[in-house]
Amino acid sequence: MTSIPALALSVSTAAAAGLVGCFAVMRRMTLASDAISHVALPGIGIAIAFRIHPLLGGLAALLVGTLLVWALEERTRMATETVIGVVFSTALAIGALLASGEDLIDALLGAPRALGPWEVALGIGAALAVAAFVLSQRHRLVVALVSTDLARTSGVDVRRLSLMFLVAFAVTVALGLRYLGVLLMGSLIIIPAATAKHLARDLHAMLAVAVSLAVGATVVGELIADRLHRPTGPLIIVVAAAAFFASLLVRRP
Amino acid sequence: MGRKGRKPPPTPARGICSPAVNHALEVEHLSVAFGRTAVLRDLSFRVARGSTLAVIGPNGAGKTVLFRALIGAIPYQGTVRWASGTRLGYVPQKLDIERDLPLTGDDFLAAKAALASVPHADVLRSLALVALAPEVAARPIGALSGGQFQRLLLAFALLGSPTALLFDEPTAGVDEPGEERLYETIHRLQEERGLTLMLISHELSLVSRYATDVLCLGREPACFGPPDEILTPALLEQIYGAPLKYHRHT
Repeated sequence: MTSIPALALSVSTAAAAGLVGCFAVMRRMTLASDAISHVALPGIGIAIAFRIHPLLGGLAALLVGTLLVWALEERTRMATETVIGVVFSTALAIGALLASGEDLIDALLGAPRALGPWEVALGIGAALAVAAFVLSQRHRLVVALVSTDLARTSGVDVRRLSLMFLVAFAVTVALGLRYLGVLLMGSLIIIPAATAKHLARDLHAMLAVAVSLAVGATVVGELIADRLHRPTGPLIIVVAAAAFFASLLVRRP
Repeated sequence: MGRKGRKPPPTPARGICSPAVNHALEVEHLSVAFGRTAVLRDLSFRVARGSTLAVIGPNGAGKTVLFRALIGAIPYQGTVRWASGTRLGYVPQKLDIERDLPLTGDDFLAAKAALASVPHADVLRSLALVALAPEVAARPIGALSGGQFQRLLLAFALLGSPTALLFDEPTAGVDEPGEERLYETIHRLQEERGLTLMLISHELSLVSRYATDVLCLGREPACFGPPDEILTPALLEQIYGAPLKYHRHT
């Protein structure tokens, strides 16, 4: 049975993923975000080798990857996507060499385990910080995604905002590594937001739908996993994907 | 010495970061290059407060590049000095917006109102200024027509009481009566609020009617001066590389 603190952490992570996902999807970062999450793997591998907390290794690698993407965003979009494709797939390969056996499977697909109270507290705190960032900066993010020139003339520091957003993204991926793993966390960020983009007409509706779907998929996935004794992460993503395909049957208002 | 026009504006008092009191903008020796291609070379001009500067020139002359340098969006060499306390409003030429973005005109304007710290009531006022119905602004921006979207961008630029407006072909995609009305609105606002206006336009008849000064790009050196001096058949032929006629408003 999933413990209440662990569920609270999963739910707050899902809410952060829904919020970050909305802007990731609108900024056309869908492919990049999947690749960025792969970069956590070598960090986890190194952390395991040095007997450090694997999530700290994953987070450190994600932050390095984030800085790399941020620096690349200065170049053309085409070059960024190409380099992301090469660099982050290489990261996945190196990570697979560093981690081995069960560790590798756990890192790729997630492995919920008993959590210490400080892990839960820190995780919930980080998820709340990400949610607070997206909600408080939504006006800046909206203007910057329509036009960086308009954002600049409206007094927005576009480069700084972009870096902050990527850091929020990296922290969100790190939060999900425990139960979704490197391969699936990107999906919890992207799928609910993509569903919300299809269903919503305005920004607040999109944010609300994405958060509800991410949290709903997480809770339903955890419940089904307990009943069927199957791994939690893949079930959460299957539920989220089912909602996405169902939404395609709904005509946009 | 900058390649100024035939009638250079008077030399302003030198300031470290803000131009002389009566100037909204001072540009000195501005050059922009992309790789090895020089787009703007050693450009110098000044824009008086409350005046209208029209930037003209053929396609590829660097008009939009000039505006993007002035707002700090691209790297440049030389000096761009806005008067202290300047609030910019900018209307870009066109934006590549995804059609199915779940953002309404209201979301977009509410974001600007929040950034400019003005009450939400100002959103309705700016919509009225550009004659855009509130029910149109409630639609997703991808569902707006070209002209409606252009008006929305104008409303966005006008929110937050800008002191200087930069318009890159502000009425492209707007129908002709709408174009006249927008120019009249902009002109009225300028007189009411003492706005400084800089606009890129191919509509030479409108340029001759509204501009205080004209900056022409696409010719070495660039020329700068009042419309009467710049919009002459001989100079226009030099700028555009072909004889050009336009209807002159009197």
